[in-house]
Amino acid sequence: MNKVYPNAEEAIKGIVDGMTLMVGGFGLCGIPENSITALVRSGIKKLTCISNNAGVDDFGLGLLLQNRQIKKMISSYVGENEEFERQMLSGELEVDLIPQGSLAERCRAGGAGIPAFYTPAGYGTEIAEGKEVKVFDGKPHILESAMKADFAIVKAWKGDTLGNLVFKATARNFNEVMAMAGKITIAEVEELVEPGQLDPNYIHVPGIFVQRIFQGTHYEKRIEQKTLRPKPQ
Amino acid sequence: MLDKTGIAKRIAQELQDGWYVNLGIGIPTLVANYVPEGMSVEFQSENGILGMGPFPFEGEEDADLINAGKQTVTLKSGAAIFDSSMSFAMIRGKHIQLTVLGAMEVSQDGDIANWKVPGKMVKGMGGAMDLVASADNIIVAMMQTDKEGNSKLLPKCSLPLTGVKCVKKIVTNLAVMEIKDGAFHLLERAPGVSVEEIRRATAGLLVVPGEVPEMKL
Repeated sequence: MNKVYPNAEEAIKGIVDGMTLMVGGFGLCGIPENSITALVRSGIKKLTCISNNAGVDDFGLGLLLQNRQIKKMISSYVGENEEFERQMLSGELEVDLIPQGSLAERCRAGGAGIPAFYTPAGYGTEIAEGKEVKVFDGKPHILESAMKADFAIVKAWKGDTLGNLVFKATARNFNEVMAMAGKITIAEVEELVEPGQLDPNYIHVPGIFVQRIFQGTHYEKRIEQKTLRPKPQ
Repeated sequence: MLDKTGIAKRIAQELQDGWYVNLGIGIPTLVANYVPEGMSVEFQSENGILGMGPFPFEGEEDADLINAGKQTVTLKSGAAIFDSSMSFAMIRGKHIQLTVLGAMEVSQDGDIANWKVPGKMVKGMGGAMDLVASADNIIVAMMQTDKEGNSKLLPKCSLPLTGVKCVKKIVTNLAVMEIKDGAFHLLERAPGVSVEEIRRATAGLLVVPGEVPEMKL
């Protein structure tokens, strides 16, 4: 079976209006830049996007927001994004905010065949409203359900043609669990190699979770908060 | 009275050798600058780092290496990288010995509110709800009053909660306090601050022992 696609335009075929997508990344770190650009060009609308953040105005998922292609965002922190704020306050955009650890675990559970789990995060707060509460070891926990997506779109540093993935530094973040939770997972990689060229001991996502893979191009890798310390004299 | 740096310095005195520590955004981040000499403390960043180092020098920044505040950072020798679910397994599983975070309000029962102001833009809770729900040792770093002088240490939080009955210790610009038995217990005064000033800046129940030492920085 061939998992290799020539480019993002081909790899996103099958994504249609109204679908739910998981999009990897933390802030602008480790986001699937090529696939997002292809989604913008495709004009596909009414998307539900599950992603820790929502990009910035002119980069990342912010590009899809500008184009009014997202109907609902499911995130933990939506940050500094004016267009997002405008759409949210005007009611054009639905937003579901989820504690970051619960978001990660709900993706992992979705990929791991665990329909729901109990967590203490959010107990006693408004996000617990309507959720089942159970006490373990004297401490209340709330029931959170697993999440899956029609397509999960992730970005890795290296990948092989069988779909095995390796990430670099903190660009790993949500990419790993989201790769597990897509009915179809698309991985874009900076470097696509042949089987055997990645050390099996250092694979982060085994290829079984990845259905489509392509080598991305022209990564901008924008830095959101360039923070430096002064050079010693 | 302490400034933000002073609050960070005082919190740094709470660190212990060998601890794994998660620092929130703002004042808590500054704590990393004041780790006592000779002490080994590893900082966790919830986007997937244990062993986070200082900010990089110009030209050494890497877009693939950021902290939870999306700032460029470096790795200490011996650092480890992991994915988001592993990161919160460390947090939820109580493997982190200390969590330091900011707050908009704290109640005398240890409730904390720091993620949402109704009517204003809601940016989200990020990892704060997971952190406060699981950590056994939480220190809140905050200014004790708002810009109008209103106390942020209350009988009950007025803002939407981030977590309930979780805060054990607070370091403010005026004082160090412990929360237990439904009250703020005054432990130390900031340099030059009187018990009376602290009392005026505490809307919740305040327990003051006979002798309140001034903190040493």
